[in-house]
Amino acid sequence: MSESKPTPLFKPRAVVIGTSAGGVEALTKVFKGLRPGFSIPILIVQHISPTSDSYLPLHLNRLSTVTVSEAIDKSVISESNAYLAPPNYHMLVEEDKTISLNVDEKVSYARPSIDVLFETAARAYGRHLLGIIMTGANADGALGSKLLREMGGYLVVQDPINAHISTMPEAALQVAGADYVTSLEGIIDFLNLLK
Amino acid sequence: MISEEINEIQNIEIRLFLEALFQRYDYDFRNYSQAHIKRRILHRMNLNNFKNISEMQHRILYDPSFVQQILLDLSINVTEMYRDPSFYAAVRKDVIPILKTYPFIKTWHAGCSTGEEVYSMAILMKEEGLLNRSQIYATDFNHKVLKTAKEGIYPIDLIKDYTTNYQKSGGKESFSNYYDANYNSVIIDSSLKKNIVFADHNLVTDSVFAEVNLIICRNVLIYFNRELQDKVIKLFLDSLTPGGILCLGSKENLQYSAHFEMFSVIDAHEKIYRKEYRH
Repeated sequence: MSESKPTPLFKPRAVVIGTSAGGVEALTKVFKGLRPGFSIPILIVQHISPTSDSYLPLHLNRLSTVTVSEAIDKSVISESNAYLAPPNYHMLVEEDKTISLNVDEKVSYARPSIDVLFETAARAYGRHLLGIIMTGANADGALGSKLLREMGGYLVVQDPINAHISTMPEAALQVAGADYVTSLEGIIDFLNLLK
Repeated sequence: MISEEINEIQNIEIRLFLEALFQRYDYDFRNYSQAHIKRRILHRMNLNNFKNISEMQHRILYDPSFVQQILLDLSINVTEMYRDPSFYAAVRKDVIPILKTYPFIKTWHAGCSTGEEVYSMAILMKEEGLLNRSQIYATDFNHKVLKTAKEGIYPIDLIKDYTTNYQKSGGKESFSNYYDANYNSVIIDSSLKKNIVFADHNLVTDSVFAEVNLIICRNVLIYFNRELQDKVIKLFLDSLTPGGILCLGSKENLQYSAHFEMFSVIDAHEKIYRKEYRH
């Protein structure tokens, strides 16, 4: 585990982000901080009420040059786009780099589940994947993070001291470890260093 | 411990496993969402402590009783009464007036699972005065869930949520009129069942069995790849009368289908479509 700021040596083909309580504020900061022209596709699970409306993608879409939308089943993962898992649906990545949604049982008490996104994305992208775990109040994402690292992906975890709620980053660190632990600002800097 | 190499081997094993399941038992999951199938197969492999998927393939070829377990693993049996209340409200508003113009209404619930959504629609039809002139087909390929659907017995602790859903969907009565409570479970009122036929039908391998006015198939197509989705939509198209109505799940889309032009849109948000009158 490294606390020092690494220079990213790879260009990930996709970024997956998992967050829960406090995540809307954290995602808002991340998207506000992204440099213009950031083009790596981003897939996000933010735990959200099954009945919530489509406010979050509309809100995040206004903050950067990245087009943010609610994920549509079977859509092709494209550059300069970010996809949010819809409320009450799991978001999976197929190995042909398309998105699948489904309504399987909750995983880690959550639907959408971070584990489901991270596991399927890790299998689809292998070492070309960057995972980010941020603030949250449960352990969803920890097992997915472990698999992501086993598949050769790079995992960044928000420093629990800096996180609004530390449970989720702590669980990920305990189960998966991390390649880089940093503040929210550090996460933004890291993303902006990627080509 | 997983690695890119093991992941690649597992992909090969999964293709072989699905081929074995199809060739030996005629259940065809080869065109399902791969990511979904893979998660479910690996989950079963870990639960039963198989060393690898090949070992599980050996078991399935030689032990037919294990097939029922795999079918349950691979089929989608997450459902509830009046799931997505806004969908049922839209049916009341936009679909019922069309159905009321017909002397007799045939409905097909395709992939009905354990039946919660079948009874939800039967209640709605009863309240709209249509149940007595209805024939409802409720089909699934999985015998075990069909049996549960036919019995209409559900855990009592879910009723509170179902009642809330029913009210949000525009229900007109007291929801407790439609079931009898008994210790830990409720049983659906038998008057709702009399026009329903529960039958074995596999959307992937079976063909048209009736001409119907309304097809409800929610959150089934998202488990299929695009090619299989199109094949099933064609099956629906061939099963609908001209002007017949197709209801999909809220994240399922007809607009990317090769058959989209054969339908008009009744409610884009709730995914309610109508087959055009032209052929």
